[in-house]
This record gives sequence, C-alpha cells and structure tokens, in this order.
Amino acid sequence: MISKEEVQHIAKLARLGLSDKEIEKNRKELSKILDYVEKLKEVDVSQIEPASHSVKVENVMREDESSGSKFPSSELIEMAPDKKDEFIKVKSIFGR
Amino acid sequence: MNPRTLTELTINQAHLGLKKKEFSALELCQAYLDKIKEKEKDIFAFLTVNQDLALSQAKEVDDGISSGKEISILAGLPSAIKDIILIENVRCTAGSKILENYIAPYDATVIKKLKEENAVFLGKTNLDEFAMGSSNENSAFGPTKNPHDLTRVPGGSSGGSAAAVAAQECLYALGSDTGGSIRLPASFCGVVGLKPTYGAVSRSGLIAFASSLDQIGPITKTVEDAKIVFDAIKGRDEMDSTSVEIKLKPKTYNLKSIRLGVPKEYFVKGLDPEIEKVIKSAIEKYEEMGAKIEEVSLPHTKYALPVYYIINPSEASANLARYDGIKYGLSIQEGKDLMDVYLKTKGEGFGEEVRRRIMLGTYSLSAGYYEAYYLRAQKVRNLVKQDFEKVFEKVDAILGPVSPVLPFKIGEKINDPLSMYLVDVYTAAINLVGLPALSLPCGKVGQLPVGLQIIGRSFEEDLILEIGKIFEKYASGNI
Repeated sequence: MISKEEVQHIAKLARLGLSDKEIEKNRKELSKILDYVEKLKEVDVSQIEPASHSVKVENVMREDESSGSKFPSSELIEMAPDKKDEFIKVKSIFGR
Repeated sequence: MNPRTLTELTINQAHLGLKKKEFSALELCQAYLDKIKEKEKDIFAFLTVNQDLALSQAKEVDDGISSGKEISILAGLPSAIKDIILIENVRCTAGSKILENYIAPYDATVIKKLKEENAVFLGKTNLDEFAMGSSNENSAFGPTKNPHDLTRVPGGSSGGSAAAVAAQECLYALGSDTGGSIRLPASFCGVVGLKPTYGAVSRSGLIAFASSLDQIGPITKTVEDAKIVFDAIKGRDEMDSTSVEIKLKPKTYNLKSIRLGVPKEYFVKGLDPEIEKVIKSAIEKYEEMGAKIEEVSLPHTKYALPVYYIINPSEASANLARYDGIKYGLSIQEGKDLMDVYLKTKGEGFGEEVRRRIMLGTYSLSAGYYEAYYLRAQKVRNLVKQDFEKVFEKVDAILGPVSPVLPFKIGEKINDPLSMYLVDVYTAAINLVGLPALSLPCGKVGQLPVGLQIIGRSFEEDLILEIGKIFEKYASGNI
C-alpha cells in the first residue's frame, strides 16, 4: 500500500487540495488500482518500442506567422475571475 | 403528421418529409421539444436545452425550403450534443462544477460542420464529469437514467446522448469515446454508436480528456443514420494536427466474401452468460447469411485494460492541469497566495473520479515511477496493437460484446472504482489501437438491450457500418 506521505506528495504535484479523510481514501483506492495494473510486470517488453499514439504521429510544421486572432483578447480576458485592465490578476506567488 | 410519430423518423425519413413539405422544420423541432418536456423529469439526459436557438435554426431551414432552396441531408434535423463539445455562446460544463458557468467562446469543428448543414441543436447532454466514467453517475449535476429501466444507468460517459436518442428526445446525438464512452451507452440504451478511427474526426473544440484516445462520433437510431452523421463530421481539419482525410474509395461489399473474426479471449470468465448467448446467436446469424466466421486470438487482451488505466489517467492529469482558477471557470480566491487558489479550486471544483484519475496519472508520470508505469504501459500498448495487426491480416472485421455486464443499477458500482473500470474491458483496447468500432443493438436480456461490437481496420468505417446494416436488415425481417 502506498504511504500517506506519497499520497500527499502526489497531491501537491497535482496542486490538488485533499482533506485528511480523502488522503486515507486515496491511499486505499490508488493501492487497489496500482495492484491491478501490476499485471503488466509479467510482460516481457525488453525488445518493444513504446507507442505514444495508435497511429504514427509526426510534427506538423508551419511558418511562424500570425494568422490573426479569431477573437478579441478582451473577450478571453473577460472570462478570467480576477482582472485589471487588459491583464489577468493573480495572488502573490511568494508568501509575504 | 401526428407529432408523436414525428419523433420516430430516421434521418432520411425526416429529410424526405421536410423536402416534400409533409411537415415543417419548426413542427419537427417542436415535437422533439415536447418530448423533452415530457421525458426529462424521468431521464435527465440534458444539462442545457436551447429552445430559442433550436427554434430559430429550424425557422431558418423552413424559410430556405419555402424560398425553394435545396436542403442538405441534416438540415432542420434536431440533434443533441454531449456537453463536452463546444457550441459558441452556449454553456459547456463537461459535467463539472469547475466549468458550471463556462460559456464556449467558439464552435468545435464538428459543430461548424453541422452548422454548415443547417443542423438544429436542441441542447447539451449529460455526461460523467470530463467524460470519466462508465455510468453517468460521475456527473456533478446528477445521473441520467436508462430509458429501458429508470433504476439503471444509461452507461457512460456519453449516457445523456444515448438516453436522449433512445427516449426520442433528439433525432441523433454526438458523443465522444475515450475508452468506450460512445459504444457502452449505445449498448446499454439499445441505440447505434460509432467510435471512428483515431484522426477521422477533428477533436478541435472537444474538451480534452486523454488526447491520444479521444474521438467524437455519432449516436443514432439506425446504422444508416450513423453513416450520414459520420460523413458530415469527418475529415482533415487544420485545427487538429492528428486529423486526416480518409482516402479509401467507397466500395460495395458482399457478405459472402467477408471474413469475421471472433477473438477467443473475449469469451472468458467475467462475461455475463446471458450476454454471451445473445452475442453468439448474433454471430451465428452472420454465419447463416454467408459470412465466414473464424476464431482468432488477441493474446494481450488481458493487459489492455491495465495499460488503458495508466495511459488514460496520465494524459488526463496533464490535460486537466489547465483548470487552475486563473483563466476561466471556477476560482476559489481564498488563502494567502497563488498556491492556495490552485489547491482549493482543484480540490473543490473536481469531483471524486476526476481527482482519482489526476492522482493516478500524476503518480504514473512522476519521477521514479514513470518507467515502471507510463513507459511500460506504452510498450505493452504496442503489443496490443500488434495483436490487432496480425488478426486483420486474416479477417476483415472482429465481432464481440461491447460490455461484459448488463446495464447495472444506479449506485451498484459507484463506490468501487475498479469494478467500474472493468466494464470497459472490451472497449478500451480499441482506443489504445485507434481502430473504428460500432456498437449495434443485437438483442435483449429481459428488457435490457445488448450491443454487438464490430471492430474494423483503420478508416474502414464504411465496412463495419455495412456489416452492421446487414444485421439490422436481417433483424427487421428484410433479408
């Protein structure tokens, strides 16, 4: 079973606020699912290439030119919960 | 025409009725809106109903018809769209509190294409939050019910779309399929669902869940309808670099020259024996009609689902990082710094299953575990793919069940995530390998529908649709 510290570490990486009760619940549930996927350890993959996609994907290139904006930026800024003029406002990054 | 029978028409029938002026697009639209009013308190298939938009779209089509314009096949036909596909200026929630008040700023490419056809959009359908689930119970707004038995789930995650088609609350619907999310609800609700080949339909404007697996596809009353909608939405789109133009030439098929494979690994413990009976009898019918049936083997079948439940959460955890309470959507501005905004917004905005997948994905991708989980899963994914490639050298399509279980009771599996994941055992592998697959109603156990899965080679949607159509004709006694 994965430890409480591991769950807390993962939650922090994911920026997910979990209560103590949820951390305990996650320990149990994640462990059960991780046990289930353990099955993959049986497979010999030493000679196998990883597949990130089902189809072969290649980078699609184009000239680095602006094709014009579909919407005025003000419309998108308008969706932000906190803003000032043409800027999105956020809380301070470092504790004061 | 009696408004009650208006909602029974297929796409072609409704199109002809409009053309011959047997009824107007407004009457057709109103018949569906009335049906929605009548059924919604029981089914809850819709999160948003756009009555005004739908009626104005219908009126436009009527104006066109009365001025003598030719109308396209989907013109004036009322559709329902899974609420994870953007329609400009219409709310799009993805079934989540975090997007509860989000108004889409642009049209998804599939919506643009349907608008060019003058389609009518009745509304947005319910789904598991961010399409994560197999029962629709993970919707933040409450579960959709199965029209065949209101105590049971409609399947997920496109449960609202499938239930809406089954209850005649729309003529056709769009869903999205990441690990079975079109095929499973189609099977549970007794309607037709097509998951196209990865890349056949543009994903632009589909809220991203697991980008190497997601595809948009139709949920319809008949196979013919599925083909019409698929043809309308497919094609290369410069907004989705993984989308491609299908270059295969249309051909005519003769069932007698078609070889159908039945994987022995699909008929094992875990499959409901009642479902097995229905599926086997469907396969026998194909044999009676002259198809060659061959037993085939997909040896890595048992590893496909564990692979899926690493790849899927990994991609999801990356895709869902964007909901951070800063740019749009829910934002909980409590605490002293930015970190608090992230933790609270994501912690409270996401439901349980979404948080579980973010945790699982973040774990699989984190330093120290990446190779053991994510990279290993990608390698086994390749083996699963090779299995299918080998089988498709011998057969033209694969037949099997869509689901190992019948539509289950609401609440039955929701507290056991792993048992819910196991419902995807026959569908998730297909997304890993990108192939097209059709879910076709092929019988019932009691009053509960059973779906047959017909899996094809990449971009051979036309063949699996044709194979499905043959069964439909046979079942209705027209062969």
